[in-house]
Amino acid sequence: MGQSESTPPTISWKRDTQGVVMEISGLWRKGGPAPEVTGEGDGEMPKRYETENLEGFDSTLPAFLLSHLRKDEQKEPPSLEGMPDDLRGLMELALEIPERSDARTVDEKAGFLAKTGKGTLAVWGNIRSLTEFIGTSVLSLGRFLTGRARFRFRDFWVVVQQCGVEALPIVSLISFLIGMILAFVGNVQLANFGASIFVADLVGIAMVREMGVVMTSIIMSGRTGAAFAANIGSMKANEEIDALKTFGFDPFDFLVLPRMLALVIMMPLLTIYSNLMGILGGMLVGAMADIPPVLYWHQTVGAISLTTASLGVLKSFVFGAAIAISGCYQGMRSGNSSAAVGEATTRAVVASITAVIVLDSAFAAIFTVLNI
Amino acid sequence: MEQQQEKPTAKISVRDLTMAYGSFVVMKDLNFDIQEKDIFIIMGGSGCGKSTLLRHLIGLREPATGNVFYEGENFTAIAPDDREKFIRRFGVMYQSGALWSSMTLAENIAMPLEEHTKLPARTIQEIVSYKLALVGLSGYEDYYPSQVSGGMNKRAGIARAMALDPDILFLDEPGAGLDPLSSRRLDDLILRLRDSLGSTVVIVTHELASIFAVANNSIFLDTATRTQGAVGNPTELRDHSDNPAVRRFLRRGEEETPLSAP
Repeated sequence: MGQSESTPPTISWKRDTQGVVMEISGLWRKGGPAPEVTGEGDGEMPKRYETENLEGFDSTLPAFLLSHLRKDEQKEPPSLEGMPDDLRGLMELALEIPERSDARTVDEKAGFLAKTGKGTLAVWGNIRSLTEFIGTSVLSLGRFLTGRARFRFRDFWVVVQQCGVEALPIVSLISFLIGMILAFVGNVQLANFGASIFVADLVGIAMVREMGVVMTSIIMSGRTGAAFAANIGSMKANEEIDALKTFGFDPFDFLVLPRMLALVIMMPLLTIYSNLMGILGGMLVGAMADIPPVLYWHQTVGAISLTTASLGVLKSFVFGAAIAISGCYQGMRSGNSSAAVGEATTRAVVASITAVIVLDSAFAAIFTVLNI
Repeated sequence: MEQQQEKPTAKISVRDLTMAYGSFVVMKDLNFDIQEKDIFIIMGGSGCGKSTLLRHLIGLREPATGNVFYEGENFTAIAPDDREKFIRRFGVMYQSGALWSSMTLAENIAMPLEEHTKLPARTIQEIVSYKLALVGLSGYEDYYPSQVSGGMNKRAGIARAMALDPDILFLDEPGAGLDPLSSRRLDDLILRLRDSLGSTVVIVTHELASIFAVANNSIFLDTATRTQGAVGNPTELRDHSDNPAVRRFLRRGEEETPLSAP
């Protein structure tokens, strides 16, 4: 209130014939000064309190007292004699249920070796569970091919729509711009040699072999991989996956399989589309550099062999499977809270982008060795 | 080994069950029987492992030690693939309802029927409407779970659990979050189901009014000792249990009459 002359909160310890006495005085307010403590309790619990000079309190005083009274393990409930009724009521409530000693988390001060060991075991555990997940996916695919997998085809079509048609705008934009960027960069160099027409070869081959499929995969990792993880993760948090199990549905067939199929089918289509958009982007830049679109198109078609064109599409099947597996895997092992779902989504995006890049490098190495 | 023990004959029998998360023991040495047509309550303070016990009964968690028997058959020991024939006989309602969020309420209830029966679509529609009517949700067929309230989700979850006329119905806190009238209707529904279909009902709850209204048997999980505090009819436990914690729980902690005080 308007009391500018309020006394600061103080605790002073005294000792009388019966034992230790704690005198509480002053005004205890959250915005006020820190409490002053005078004297020592010598580790003893106060037998009695003197509160004549206590002017008022909010939660700071019971919090201070509780932390003090809980400092030692005591069998007997501490004496609250002398406290005003309102304060005593709060203290009784706080002290009524004893602290559960094993509920507090213990900070483990692990040594370097222990940490390394735990880390290694965690990595090993992750590898094992991922391998198990991929194995289960393959089994589930086998059940699908033999017609024994049960899921709703409507769910499948919804996923097809989400990761197909609905992804077209963003794939168009990014691919078109990538095609333009490649053409710009190429044209600056090639124009020096009067070889601007080879911009068409450069853009065409780069899009079809690498950029189309990689850019599409990265877009789909962020878009669809994250959506899979978030969707499955929140179903898990909401016990929906348990409900599937107890109604006799295999959550794997029901949730992972349609998503995997949809993405593996849609990725090649999106990749082909992305290649086309990239070439169109290059064509626009070519037109600005005085290459007629028809000539540009013929040059592009002449530069791309069927083998080159199919490499990107071949990779897109594998990348699609990798993105779907990362997303669903993280979703299925997500924890049961909204925070855990967020973490699972982040991990899914990181894992699927990493997987795409690593797999692409592996493909590059293989194609080099095979001389394609 | 198992042959030495006498084969349990009750509908559901739990023997020496210990439940643990890793090395943290939630409850140990649980032993109880649930008879056919029982309305059996699992009760105890919050966080004591009531829902965990339910998850052990329906096979979503594996016991650390001990076994769960259904009509004498050891549910814990059989392979997960063979559990399906048991699970078909269960109806489970989860704490939050756990409706499949991508489907409407009607589709949620229809899905188990489409999967496990060969009924024509029209019959399925009729059963769906009937089950929704039982829980007071007629007319909400085409709503999605996110469009209706938490209490309605819960009731729809109960309707879905009843979809296949299960032999054993498991309900995880069905009354929590329901208004008093809906809660009362639910109690009536449970009693009617038992009487007309002969279902056995296992309920996790701590709503005392419901417990005394429907239950004929119960188990009390004691947080302090981490084992079962008492098994029996809740009304008798309230008046005559040897365990003061059980009596206190069933009286909302109110003072006992001097007669039954220890």
